[in-house]
Amino acid sequence: MSKEQSFTDRLWDFFCSLKLAIVTLILLALTSIIGTVIEQNLPVEEYLQKYGMSESTYKTLDALQFFDMYHSYWFLSLMGIFAVNLICCSIKRLPRIIKTVRNPVLVADDGLFRTFSNKEEIVAAGTVASVRDKLVVLLGKKFASPVVTEQDGKVYLFAQKGAYSRFGVYVTHSSILIIFLGAMIGNIWGFKAYVNIVEGKSVNQVWARAGQQPIPLGFEVRCDNFDVTFYEGGRPKEFSSELVVLENGQEVLKKTIEVNDPLSYKGLTFYQSSYGPAGDPVYQFRVRNRATGETVDVMGQQGKHLPLPGGASLIPMGYADSYQNFGPAAQVSLDSGDHKHGTPFIVFQNYPQFDEKRGGEFAVTLLGAQQSYFTGLQVAKDPGVWVVWLGCLLMVLGSCSAFFLSHRRLWVSIQPLQKGVGVKFGGAAHRNQPGFTLYFDDLKKDFDDALSS
Amino acid sequence: MNSSLLFNITTIAYFAAMVVFIVFLTSRNKALGFGATLICWVGFLANTAAIGMRWYEAYAMGYEQAPLSNLYESVVFFAWAILLIYLLFDLKYKQRAIGAFVLPFAFGGMIWAQWSLDATIQPLVPALQSNWLTYHVFTCFIGYAAFAMACGVSIMYLIKSGKEEKSAEQSPAGGLLGLFPSVKVLDDLNYKAIMVGFPMLTLGIITGAAWANYAWGTYWSWDPKETWSLIVWFIYAAFLHARFTRGWVGKRAAWLSIFGFAATIFCYLGVNLVLSGLHSYGGS
Repeated sequence: MSKEQSFTDRLWDFFCSLKLAIVTLILLALTSIIGTVIEQNLPVEEYLQKYGMSESTYKTLDALQFFDMYHSYWFLSLMGIFAVNLICCSIKRLPRIIKTVRNPVLVADDGLFRTFSNKEEIVAAGTVASVRDKLVVLLGKKFASPVVTEQDGKVYLFAQKGAYSRFGVYVTHSSILIIFLGAMIGNIWGFKAYVNIVEGKSVNQVWARAGQQPIPLGFEVRCDNFDVTFYEGGRPKEFSSELVVLENGQEVLKKTIEVNDPLSYKGLTFYQSSYGPAGDPVYQFRVRNRATGETVDVMGQQGKHLPLPGGASLIPMGYADSYQNFGPAAQVSLDSGDHKHGTPFIVFQNYPQFDEKRGGEFAVTLLGAQQSYFTGLQVAKDPGVWVVWLGCLLMVLGSCSAFFLSHRRLWVSIQPLQKGVGVKFGGAAHRNQPGFTLYFDDLKKDFDDALSS
Repeated sequence: MNSSLLFNITTIAYFAAMVVFIVFLTSRNKALGFGATLICWVGFLANTAAIGMRWYEAYAMGYEQAPLSNLYESVVFFAWAILLIYLLFDLKYKQRAIGAFVLPFAFGGMIWAQWSLDATIQPLVPALQSNWLTYHVFTCFIGYAAFAMACGVSIMYLIKSGKEEKSAEQSPAGGLLGLFPSVKVLDDLNYKAIMVGFPMLTLGIITGAAWANYAWGTYWSWDPKETWSLIVWFIYAAFLHARFTRGWVGKRAAWLSIFGFAATIFCYLGVNLVLSGLHSYGGS
């Protein structure tokens, strides 16, 4: 029986210990490195090729869950131990702190005075009552209004400041648990998804990033227009999508989103993340018959035969926004009327004379190509995110109070002596002792001044 | 007057301050300590003006962006932040000798930026066009700078405590170590610097998460940079808790502080230069 008791006691002490906290933090730091060296969640083949892993190495590491380590059982267990450690420490220490704050020791006996490193004794003139009144006023003005206790002809004063800073540590600790809670809520009731919308089209479902399952939205999102702008020199400056939310065909919300400026509707948020060409571009060419000098403009989609006078046709085959720094270019071929593709060649929008040099029946110039785009959106639903932000806010407030505020307490005992009044006072701070010593030395002077006048 | 001239002045001032601090330690001439501190202030003002000027230059080129947009700008900002923290600690604690161990970080950063980093002003890619960039970078770098300070102080601690152990019976350490603060003060300064750095790092991680959530819809995705910032956070959290445990103060705390700063530097530079390199080389 006693053996069992001691086991649970030991277990409890183990989970309350500061050593466990330090060891857990260091283990979390060390193990976290693994996932930054081994890229996470790649397909099997990539690990075998990219890292030159043998199949057996792969199997071992996979069994250790090194390829998705931040969601592995052992890493989550480590986080779990961290959380249990935080909870146990708080349960163990909090009641004592609450007692210290709620029911402070009002009467300082000699035993307590011996524990102070900041203390002073003065013999003052006057009566116990007059000294008491002077010190009550002084403390109220310089520090905090004291609690007065009269006992056996002696008077005791107690004053404190910043008592609540004692809770800073526990606010910080619970903020971590709150962030964990927010993350769990997000994992259970939220999702991450993506969707591509072609300009002018609308969607009513998105695709989960994990599992690629469709998720119905319950409303429609249409992309009216997509736009991309570039800096001089070709770096992308901004890309944006004009989005419209439709409920039963009715427009309910309209917003142009950009990277760093998403659209939110009914708990879902749509983020601009990528873009790309949608379908084949529509081309416009000017074709000159070199023999007759006759010029004709033709227009049509990729792969189509665009008829030219005299039975021949032009077939656009591909497009590039910038072909080897010569600007927009198209690859085309000619069909001289026998329904066969001729040798493909390149024509440029910015160099209309270029194709004259090729020779042959026709000289072709690219007038332009219209490429329609799709906009790539990340879609996220995370009902836990506000819980996470609450946790972050508490963490900032808690750690500021834990680091920069201090619980300072002062005790005074006033007792009649054979000649005069004996005043003993001392104090303690639970943090920043050197700072408190400076403060206490100033206070000593104030006491001297007040009691000698 | 343009920003690159001001950055040159900054680099020279930090170098001069570093040298004068070292001479101060060997000669024990108090005037030199004061002089070195004065040079630090000159360098810091030049650094501040240079960053402001670069901001203006980008603005004149039509880019509305804070000068925190690439590696060069972040390194010179890091040097600025180190001086800011150092000078604040100097005003409060007046321990001149520390300069000799903190200035090398600022000078090293400046000379590296000047010699081998690309200083051209480039416009921001869309993903970085956000006010969050400023808050995020500012908080992180104040944190990093405080950790640099703590690391310098910890190195002093290890040197001094090592010497004191060897010559315990002789008179208090003289020579170079004569002007070092006592081990108790060094230990306390280490703790105080981390007490500034840790909340700033926490804020840096939080602003980063908030920004990621705002831009991508995920506040945490375990990418190497995020993970390394968390590793740094874990190490300093361990440090702060170690203070309350017997046997973990003093030397072990100093070592933890040095490891913490090594991890900080890896988080700042290594993740981009080593890890991404590893991936991109491996991929081809």
